[in-house]
Amino acid sequence: MNKYVERLYNGVVKENPTLILMLGMCPTLAVSTRAMNGIGMGLSTMAVLILSNLVISLLRKVIPDEVRLPAYIVVVASLVTVTELLIEAYLPSLYEALGIYIPLIVVNCIILGRAEAYANKHTPLLSVMDGIGMGIGFTLALTLAGLIRELLGNGTAFGAQVLPSGIDPIGIFVQPPGAFLVLALIIAVMNAIGIKSRQRDLVDVGCDGVCARCTAECKKSGEVNAK
Amino acid sequence: MKSLILIIITGALINNVVLNQFLGICSFLGVSKQMKASASLGGAVIFVITIASAVASLLYDYVLAPLGMDFMKTIVFILVIAALVQIVEMFLKKTSPGVYKALGIYLPLITTNCAVLGVALTNVQDGYNFIESVFSGFGTAVGFTLAIVLLASIRTRIREEDIPAPLRGAPIVLISAALMSIAFMGFSGLSF
Repeated sequence: MNKYVERLYNGVVKENPTLILMLGMCPTLAVSTRAMNGIGMGLSTMAVLILSNLVISLLRKVIPDEVRLPAYIVVVASLVTVTELLIEAYLPSLYEALGIYIPLIVVNCIILGRAEAYANKHTPLLSVMDGIGMGIGFTLALTLAGLIRELLGNGTAFGAQVLPSGIDPIGIFVQPPGAFLVLALIIAVMNAIGIKSRQRDLVDVGCDGVCARCTAECKKSGEVNAK
Repeated sequence: MKSLILIIITGALINNVVLNQFLGICSFLGVSKQMKASASLGGAVIFVITIASAVASLLYDYVLAPLGMDFMKTIVFILVIAALVQIVEMFLKKTSPGVYKALGIYLPLITTNCAVLGVALTNVQDGYNFIESVFSGFGTAVGFTLAIVLLASIRTRIREEDIPAPLRGAPIVLISAALMSIAFMGFSGLSF
């Protein structure tokens, strides 16, 4: 497989940031009340991720190793501020729906994680492809979670009524507990498929919450040095 | 005074930062494997969020707002939090090695804990003044600690149980969190 296409496959399937690496959980759980919100959040994060991967990859020989994390944070925070202002200006309804979670893209583990694990070691073009792959993977996972929650909790899909009016939607699915429940079920289904085909290990939760170091490699080794 | 107590209770229970706002999920799921680590992280989070809320509130009221640089708040807050965590770490290392030993390795994790930035931003959004911001930060952090310690104790019990294979690992932890979240929804009936 072409190495650029391989990056896309890696981001969407093999190392899906949400469903396999369990990164970026906060926005996944918080905004997945509607499928449209999931798409909006996914695309905003993807835009920031692609640009931050590009900038960090271009600067990878310039940024001194000791201060790289603060430098990444400045890059990401600037990009997020630009994105936030653009969304506020052009998509006010999305801005209302996502609220505080737009500025919080800064601390999304996926972005710092990819900067640290990929973009600072690879060429700009590969890093951009990595950003696109991870972004699509994140968007798909968010949209899937949003769709399930919207369907069960509100009886609609992308705003259109789907369940017949005789069936009452289960309100808990659009409430906070529903977020945990739906994500648990999605991962359980993936685990069940994985067990059947014996392709990979069960999905486990984060590497002690060290976002910047949480990559597939640290998952495989099973532990990470906190310091 | 009554309103300040209300802010703490709202932050800790009614609007629980993890179970209701979904902030700090990474460390909530990642560190809750062990009880001791969870309690230490909780302590560090209370410490950092309270100080960060105070500093962010002062910066916003006296620097950003008068200069009309409201749009810079995300960048400024995240840098202040990163610097603050470093300073707190150095300060603790010098002054109280005991506390440092208990909390030290968790401090760097807190920079990317979205709860810290989240609280600072929500305080500004809600128009809290300095005192209210500090209380809201403290209440939120107590809520985080409560949630992570509770989850850690549940996970200690789960470890001994025979769980269906597909639910092992992440799903059972998320289901536990879902049940906790349902329990915490009960607090939304509290009214003053």
